[in-house]
Amino acid sequence: MIEAKAVSLAIAGRNILHDVHFEMESGAMYGIIGPNGVGKSTLLRLLSGTEKPTTGTVLFAGRPVSGYKRKELAKQVAVLQQGGLPAVGFTVREAVRMGRFPYQNWLGEEPHAGEQFIERVLADMGLRGLEDRRVDGLSGGERQRVALAKVMAQEPELLLLDEPTTYLDIGYQIQLLDTVKRWQAERRLTVIAVLHDLNLAAHYCDKLLILREGTVEAFGSPQKVMNSEMIKRVFDANAVILPHPETGVPQLLLRPEAMSSEQRIRKEAKR
Amino acid sequence: MLLLLASIVVSLSIGSAGLPLRDVWGILIHQLPWMPSADTKWDASDIVIVTQLRLSRIILGVLVGACLALAGAGFQGVLRNPLADPFTLGVASGCSVGAAFMIVFGLQAVLGLWTVPLVAFVTGMATLLAVFGLSRARGGMNVETLILSGVIVQAFLGAVVSFIVMMSQDVVNAAMFWLMGSLSARSWEHVRLIAPFLIIGLPVMIRYAQHLNLFVFGERHAAHLGVNVERTKLIVLVTCTLLTAVAVSIAGVVGFVGLVVPHLIRLLVGPDYRIIVPLSALGGGFYMVWADTLARTVLSPKEIALGIVTAFIGAPFFAYLLYRHKVQQGGAA
Repeated sequence: MIEAKAVSLAIAGRNILHDVHFEMESGAMYGIIGPNGVGKSTLLRLLSGTEKPTTGTVLFAGRPVSGYKRKELAKQVAVLQQGGLPAVGFTVREAVRMGRFPYQNWLGEEPHAGEQFIERVLADMGLRGLEDRRVDGLSGGERQRVALAKVMAQEPELLLLDEPTTYLDIGYQIQLLDTVKRWQAERRLTVIAVLHDLNLAAHYCDKLLILREGTVEAFGSPQKVMNSEMIKRVFDANAVILPHPETGVPQLLLRPEAMSSEQRIRKEAKR
Repeated sequence: MLLLLASIVVSLSIGSAGLPLRDVWGILIHQLPWMPSADTKWDASDIVIVTQLRLSRIILGVLVGACLALAGAGFQGVLRNPLADPFTLGVASGCSVGAAFMIVFGLQAVLGLWTVPLVAFVTGMATLLAVFGLSRARGGMNVETLILSGVIVQAFLGAVVSFIVMMSQDVVNAAMFWLMGSLSARSWEHVRLIAPFLIIGLPVMIRYAQHLNLFVFGERHAAHLGVNVERTKLIVLVTCTLLTAVAVSIAGVVGFVGLVVPHLIRLLVGPDYRIIVPLSALGGGFYMVWADTLARTVLSPKEIALGIVTAFIGAPFFAYLLYRHKVQQGGAA
C-alpha cells in the first residue's frame, strides 16, 4: 500500500529523518510513536506528499507519491490534521461537502450521488442537527467530529491521522478512535496515526512504528515492541508494561523517580 | 445587477452641465441604431457630454471598480488575510511606478496599446514579491506583518512616483491628479483597453473560487483535499496583479476598493467565494460609480480626486477591520 524507501529529510542542514524504511499493508491500522521532535508529523507529511524527501522515495500503490496529481491523490489519501478545523464561517454541511472537492467539477458540483453520501457521513458522525450550524460556533470536540466527517467524505483508501486526540478529553478520544476503527473495519481502510498516548496506540493499532532520533527503532505488533527496555531507550523513562486485565494488550505504567512522601514512609515501614 | 444598472442611470443624470434627466435619456435612446438621429432635437454639445464624456466615464468606473474589487477578493482569499487589497499590499503603488514612468516619459505606445498596463504589471509583480520577501524574513507570513510590509513598500514607492512626476515639468498637474486616482478626461479608448482584462480575469477568478474556499482551512489542508496549492497561488496572484495593473494604468491609485467591497459582500452573503467573486465584481462597479459621482459633483465644477473619496470611506473601514481582527485574536488566545 505505502512504502518508504531510504527516506531522508534535512531541513536547513538539520537531519530530521534519516534512512527510514518500512512497508505498510492495506486494511491495517498503524501507529507512529516516538518522543517529541523526532519527526513523526514530518513523516506523515512525506507520506501525504505535502513535503518531499531530500533523498529516497515514498511509494503509494507502487507509484511515487510525488508523481500523483493532487486531486488524484486526494481521492485515495486523506489527512486529519493536528488541531482539527480552524474556526471558519462555513456551515457544517458546507465544510463536509468540501471533502468532496476531488470529485467535484470546477463549479463545486458533483455529477452523481455526492449529496446522499454527505448525508450518510453526517449521520454516521452524529452530526445530525448540527449540519446547518457554523463551524466557528462549535465546541472543540464537535469541530473535531466535523473534521473527521470531512475526511471521510473524501472516501479515502488511506487515512493519515496526526495526533487526532490532542486537546480532546478522554471520552472524545475513545469515541474518535472507535469511529475510525469501525470505518477501518467496514471499508478495509488503511489507517496510519501519529499518537501520543502509547496505551491507546497499543489498543487500536495492529502494528507500531517507533521512531528514535529520526530513524526507525522498531516496527511490529504492540506485544512485540512494547517493553520497558524500549521505553527506556526511546523516551528515557522508567516504566512497567502489564497486560490489560480484560484485553491482554500491553499497557504502560510509568515509574517516576521521585516518590511522594507518603510512598517513602510506606517503603520505610516495610523495611 | 439591477442596483448597478439603476446607479448607472442616476449617475448619468448627475453632472456639472445640469442636463435634465429626460434629455439625458432622450439622447441615449436615440443613440440606438434603429432610432432616428438625435441631432435634430438636442444640441451637439449636449450629445457629446452624454455619450462621449459621461457614459464612457461611468462605464470605465464600473470596469475599474470591478477589477479592483476582484483583485481584493483574490488577494484576501489566497493569502488568507482579511486586510489584504491591492492598495494595502503595495501592489497598486508598485503598478503606479511602472505606469508613471511610462506616462511621464511619453513611452505609452512603445509596445502598442497595452504598454502601460504591461509595464505596470511587471513592477506590480516585483513589488508583490518584495513585500512577500520582507514579511517572510522573520518566518511565516503573519497577517499584520504582511500588511506592515505592504505599507512600508508603498511609502517608498509613493516617493519614487512623486519623484518621477517632479522630474517632468510640463505634465505635473495632470500626473499629480492621476496619482491620486481619477477618472476624468478618459474616453471609450480606455474602456476598450480595460475590458479584455476583465473579460479574462473574471472567469479565471470564478474558476478558482472553490479553491479559495478550501484555502480558508490552510494551505496544507487545501493540498490534502486535492488543491494544487502552488499553481493556484501563482494563477490567482498573477491575475489579481494584472487586474490591479490595468486599473492603476487607467485610474491611478484608487485605494481601499478591493478591501471594502469584498468585505461588504461577505457580510451579506457569507464566506463562499463562488458567490463572493462575481458579486465583488458587480459591487466594485457599483461602489466606484457612486464614488466617482461624488468626486465630480460635491465641489462641482471642481473635481475631487477619486482616490481621496475612496480613502475617506476606505481608511476608517480598514481601521475597523484591523480592530476586529485584533479582538478576534485576543478572544482565541
